[in-house]
Amino acid sequence: MNPGQDISQNLFEELDDLYQDLILDHYRRPRNQQQVADPDICAEGHNPFCGDRVALQIKLEDGRVTQVGLQSHGCSITQASASKMTELLKDKTLEETVILSKLFTAMMQGKKLTEEELERLGEMKAFSAVCKYPIRIKCAVLPWNTLEDGVKHYRSGQKHR
Amino acid sequence: MVSIRKDFPILSRQVRGKPLVYLDNAATSQKPRAVIQALSEYYEQHNANVHRAVHTLGQEVTERYEEARQKVADFIGAPAEGIIFTRGTTEAINLVSYTWAEANISPGDEILTTPMEHHSNLLPWQRVAQARGASLKFIPMSPQGTLSLSALDTLLTERTKLVALTHMSNVLGAITPVKEIARRAHEKGALVLVDGAQSVPHIPVDVKDLDCDFLAFSGHKMLAPTGIGVLYVRPQVLETMEPFQLGGEMAREVWLDRATWNDLPIRFEAGTPNIAGAIALGVAVDYLRNLGMERVREHEIQLTGYALVRFQELPNTEVFGPWDTQQRGGIISFCHTGVHSHDLGTFLDHEGVAIRVGHHCAMPLMELLKVSATGRASFYIYNIKAEVDLLVETLQKAIRYFTPGPRRVARPTNS
Ligand SMILES: Cc1ncc(COP(=O)(O)O)c(C=O)c1O
Repeated sequence: MNPGQDISQNLFEELDDLYQDLILDHYRRPRNQQQVADPDICAEGHNPFCGDRVALQIKLEDGRVTQVGLQSHGCSITQASASKMTELLKDKTLEETVILSKLFTAMMQGKKLTEEELERLGEMKAFSAVCKYPIRIKCAVLPWNTLEDGVKHYRSGQKHR
Repeated sequence: MVSIRKDFPILSRQVRGKPLVYLDNAATSQKPRAVIQALSEYYEQHNANVHRAVHTLGQEVTERYEEARQKVADFIGAPAEGIIFTRGTTEAINLVSYTWAEANISPGDEILTTPMEHHSNLLPWQRVAQARGASLKFIPMSPQGTLSLSALDTLLTERTKLVALTHMSNVLGAITPVKEIARRAHEKGALVLVDGAQSVPHIPVDVKDLDCDFLAFSGHKMLAPTGIGVLYVRPQVLETMEPFQLGGEMAREVWLDRATWNDLPIRFEAGTPNIAGAIALGVAVDYLRNLGMERVREHEIQLTGYALVRFQELPNTEVFGPWDTQQRGGIISFCHTGVHSHDLGTFLDHEGVAIRVGHHCAMPLMELLKVSATGRASFYIYNIKAEVDLLVETLQKAIRYFTPGPRRVARPTNS
């Protein structure tokens, strides 16, 4: 073997496929990091395996998401997934956010999505290569699972009113 | 040690088109051809059950199985009747917790351990403490893994029944002063259990010298297959212990309502054991003895010292554990302030370099180090300096890749 061999430029290609520019951009400059005051939905998620943490607050108006707040730390995949998610949730109904979450999870499980479904996921498509890294899938879906937990909790609270 | 690389078939494979650089030896080691062949030879030539058959195969197998026990015993300076084959370190420690501890830990008693234990040397004692109304105490330590021996003055009391500690931290690489601790524990009448999962494969270990009462270790971290491990128990202690699992082989005479137990150590090996694994462990031990454990240790000191120096070239990277290579094994855990270990691990894998990332089954230690995860490179006999170079250089590239700046060559978008 020759462990000292040089690593040439194009060897990053496969990596670039995983770490799309969009992912690295959201990782370095995560969006919507402010805490939302008086949120309707509040949820926290934790992945003890790698120590990723996500806290999420959502404000609703007329059944639609108007504000999203995110505090996250962890690996690039978790952080970027969380950050991109906050952008995608704006103006969606809760119904729609849950559908998005299911679609994203399906994509992570390597399921084949239709053109239309992919369209709905918009820039979240950049995460599609994560499904080739089983151990990283948990990272990508953590923010979405957290969202679903929050929605579920909110809805059960609604029922009891 | 370069010449022994050819003994390990896996070292010539490629990962993602790159030569494999295997630096996850603290998780499990690779296997030399002799060990792999011992397994197939066993199944092709000898396969039978142990201790039960009058036929030739059965006798051959029993001889080889007991021969393996003797080899393992010699390897750690123990008598063969103190060697119990288990599934690994975890099962060995659990065995002690369900047998000796159940019988000897009473309400109000204390079990002393450290904050840097692998979960397998923590959770069994949490359970025992809870079940028996005892308490679990911890020897304070520095973040580098140095145990506060002065704290033993007050921590070791007449109520201390067991001191259970690792011989080498699987995160920090820190080697603990087991001998000194054992001496002081025995003065108070406590027994000492040593988790040797990381030490037995890498440094010369002699149970007479350590003077421990229990020693647990795993075959798969020392060139042998998975599913075979060892619990050494000081024979005087073993004689007092009730069996762990009950069933075939471990009983001498059985009536409908009672039974008597077989000799030591068979009494603690109920059911058909991992015969092929035990025999292959014997071959692994031969291999290590052939190299000489002093040489193994020296090789790892050299490599670790070299790696510690080279790691200092990495920007914003904290390296955990002792700096003195005499006090640490070939394990280097590290953290970059800006790039998560997980991303570093994925990047390295793309270059064929296998390291571990995560909490390494030592979550309380992560808390103490104030990190949620670390990267960990760990060495063994077949690792060479060129691999350390590649590790450090690839880490440099990874850090550049994930750090803002002109890091990537522009390339056409996918669409
Ligand atoms: C220090 C230490 N103790 C215990 C274990 C558990 O060993 P096993 O999984 O082989 O039972 C390990 C291995 O991961 C270890 O490093």
